[in-house]
Amino acid sequence: MCSISAAKQSLPNQKNNAIMKKIIVYIYLAVAVLPLSCSKSISDRSHDFPALSPANIDLNAGEWLPILLTGPTEFPVEAPAAITTPAYAAELNEIKGWQQSLTGEQKEKIKYWSAGAVLRWNEIMRQLVAKYNLPPYQNPDGTYPAPSAANPFAYPYFPFANPPYAARAYAYVSAAMYDALVAAHHYKKLYNRAAPYTVDETIQAYVPKSDLPSYPSEDAVVAGVAVELMKLLFPTELAFVQEKADEHMRSRIMAGANVRSDIEAGMALGKAVAEKFTVRARTDGAGTSGGNPTIWKQMEDDCIARGEMPWISQEAPKRPPMLPLFGKVQPFLFDAADVVNLRPGPPPSTSSELFKKELDEVLWYSENYDRERLRIVHFWADGIATPTPPGHWNAIATEEFIKQNWSEVRWARNMAILNMAMMDAAICCWDAKFAYFNPRPSQVNPKIKTLTGLPNFPSYTSGHSTFSGAAATFLSHILPSKENTFQAMALEASLSRLYGAIHYRADIEAGLEVGNNIGQLAIARAQSDGADQ
Amino acid sequence: MKMLQAKCPLRTLLIAVVLFAFLPGKAQTDLDALMMKKNRLCAGFMYVHNSWDEYWEGTFKRDNLNLGTVTTQMIGVMGAYGITNKVNLIFSLPYVKTKASAGTFSGLDGIQDLSLFGKWQAAKWKAGKGNITLFGVAGISFPVSNYTADYLPFSIGLESKTLSLRVIGDYDIGRFFVTGSGTYTFRDNITIDRDAYYTTQMHYTNEVYMPDVMLFNLRAGYRHSVLIAELFATSQKTLGGFDITKNNMPFPSNEMNMTMVGAGFKYDMPFHKPLSVIGGAGYVVKGRNVGQSLVLNGGVFYVFDFSRKTKSAESKK
Repeated sequence: MCSISAAKQSLPNQKNNAIMKKIIVYIYLAVAVLPLSCSKSISDRSHDFPALSPANIDLNAGEWLPILLTGPTEFPVEAPAAITTPAYAAELNEIKGWQQSLTGEQKEKIKYWSAGAVLRWNEIMRQLVAKYNLPPYQNPDGTYPAPSAANPFAYPYFPFANPPYAARAYAYVSAAMYDALVAAHHYKKLYNRAAPYTVDETIQAYVPKSDLPSYPSEDAVVAGVAVELMKLLFPTELAFVQEKADEHMRSRIMAGANVRSDIEAGMALGKAVAEKFTVRARTDGAGTSGGNPTIWKQMEDDCIARGEMPWISQEAPKRPPMLPLFGKVQPFLFDAADVVNLRPGPPPSTSSELFKKELDEVLWYSENYDRERLRIVHFWADGIATPTPPGHWNAIATEEFIKQNWSEVRWARNMAILNMAMMDAAICCWDAKFAYFNPRPSQVNPKIKTLTGLPNFPSYTSGHSTFSGAAATFLSHILPSKENTFQAMALEASLSRLYGAIHYRADIEAGLEVGNNIGQLAIARAQSDGADQ
Repeated sequence: MKMLQAKCPLRTLLIAVVLFAFLPGKAQTDLDALMMKKNRLCAGFMYVHNSWDEYWEGTFKRDNLNLGTVTTQMIGVMGAYGITNKVNLIFSLPYVKTKASAGTFSGLDGIQDLSLFGKWQAAKWKAGKGNITLFGVAGISFPVSNYTADYLPFSIGLESKTLSLRVIGDYDIGRFFVTGSGTYTFRDNITIDRDAYYTTQMHYTNEVYMPDVMLFNLRAGYRHSVLIAELFATSQKTLGGFDITKNNMPFPSNEMNMTMVGAGFKYDMPFHKPLSVIGGAGYVVKGRNVGQSLVLNGGVFYVFDFSRKTKSAESKK
């Protein structure tokens, strides 16, 4: 066995070695302590959002024009118990009970939800979209299974939250939240029940105080919409969503902002309104937008008959196109018949000189990427496992909206119009894609390599451009001081698809133009809903 | 023993190249028990060819016809310098190029990370008929170009600044040896080009938490005169991170684990001893969120002896 003396004997220069040893030990200590002292904690922008404290409570929002509701009283809300009743006193006692011993974690939840109900549920939606935005893995025989709403827990999980699906999901949830809040404001004003922290001075407000009547709870209305619509949109996440809703509602009671009857009335109203949207969603055409092999073949044949090169899936095994009939889905901001009117003219013919020129331009970007263009490609890619481009624009809007100190109902109104515009952008874009069935650049010239994932549907027009044009135009109307920023973002998002070598210039130009047109229709809606009077 | 200390210690780089190998990898240095003598520099070029056509999505092994075979090639400049007989400074700087044989994805290329390691022969003693030697290694690595990590499997690296601490133990008896080592690598957070991303939840930041990594390596073989020939097994474990979900793309902070086995050699040219060639191969036999890499490498190294010059300089004083 070894011994120290044996070890020492093998060291020819013991003195030098001792010094060296010391130095090395110090170095080791330094490098060992260094990483432990460096914090790896990451600050998340969403975590730091401030509590919502509206500059204007929009008390009269009950008069704003709803989207689907025939009026704010379509779903009646019963008068609440008077604050002088024992029933109400008992509800206050629940709050007091919570407030006697609030834990740090409970206070943290209150702070999280205080940023705003519309905001937080929008974030939750984005997370669900990102989680479910994954194309199904192929069957052993090279075909692809389709997610089934009837059997959502079996792989491939329902839904595949691709950009059209996501755009529609954001739109339904946002629009229903808006309608439910319009109705809620009607009853808030009618019944005028003050918040618990105003009624009883011994109740502490853990959120900014508001003069907005608390019955029915605006937070509960929003959560009720989310819980109800998720049954349709993300059926495998109902347990998660319910847990979030319970946490949300509890946080409002703990915060002294709502009594339980405020919550229950709001939840019921939100669910009722959402059910009306669910009925619309079940018949809006999205359920059959996947088409079938006969339709896919017909689209290809029609393209060939026009003398053009048809789109072919570049995936292996070849994947059916993504939702080829999504262009037939019922839009929110205009009639289905208007979709064809909004359709841009045809792309450059695949046999034209202009097409060849644009194809060469894509090849140039494919072969001459630089770091800045790569940054742009990846910043805007919003591909699989992301909240998609509409989700990205929701995030952009959110971070601007929090600076505005809006009421929940104004948040909901602006989110609703933004998301209806992007859903309608998806409809118009998909209409054009499958009307023209234009091939991707890398299909025509295999030398073109892409710097991001190649979407599995025809090229013209660019979805990113259409979404971004619609979003930027509407957001510029809402926040005119940011117009240049939003337009620059839309342009960059569009160019990212050319830089990534997956779109021709014609795709992004036409996409932006159609997007801008849809944005104008969104502005027209905003100008006529009474919210800006 | 003289023989041992003359060896160029860069042979084992190959393993490290596939360390984080979903894909490309990281040129780390030095898992073996060789030291450069004082004032000697061993420097040269290493070529590494890493390819896979199957990979693990979490624990699900699959191929991907949209990638075909993913190849990462690396040409590295590297060297080891003897500050003393018992303290070496080791560096490496690779150029990396990635490519897929199928599908539309473009590969990328660029200069990756500079690694700087100090290696210290801490103790040596006789044990029976053989010798036991202990080494300590500490080093850092950091990107020297502004590449993106968030385009796996085509990123040229993971972008994280690292600090590694390693302990190596070697036992040799006659012409045979066995060397084991354990490494703990601290990894700094990275920033990506996106301003939000999903792991198992959404993160609204461009900063990505990178879990630390542990590596164990065992190698054994023949080591005598001009030839070293060995077999090795190495295991990498990421201490955190998450699985790639089904049909998703990989992400830099995935839990990338692997076990690789392989063989390598080093041969000093009999006609000119300072010149040596190395070669080796490794294969990933078990993995999680990594490609099943086959790694082939070859290199040419030269030993420069600065000791005479130094001596004459000292004698002038």
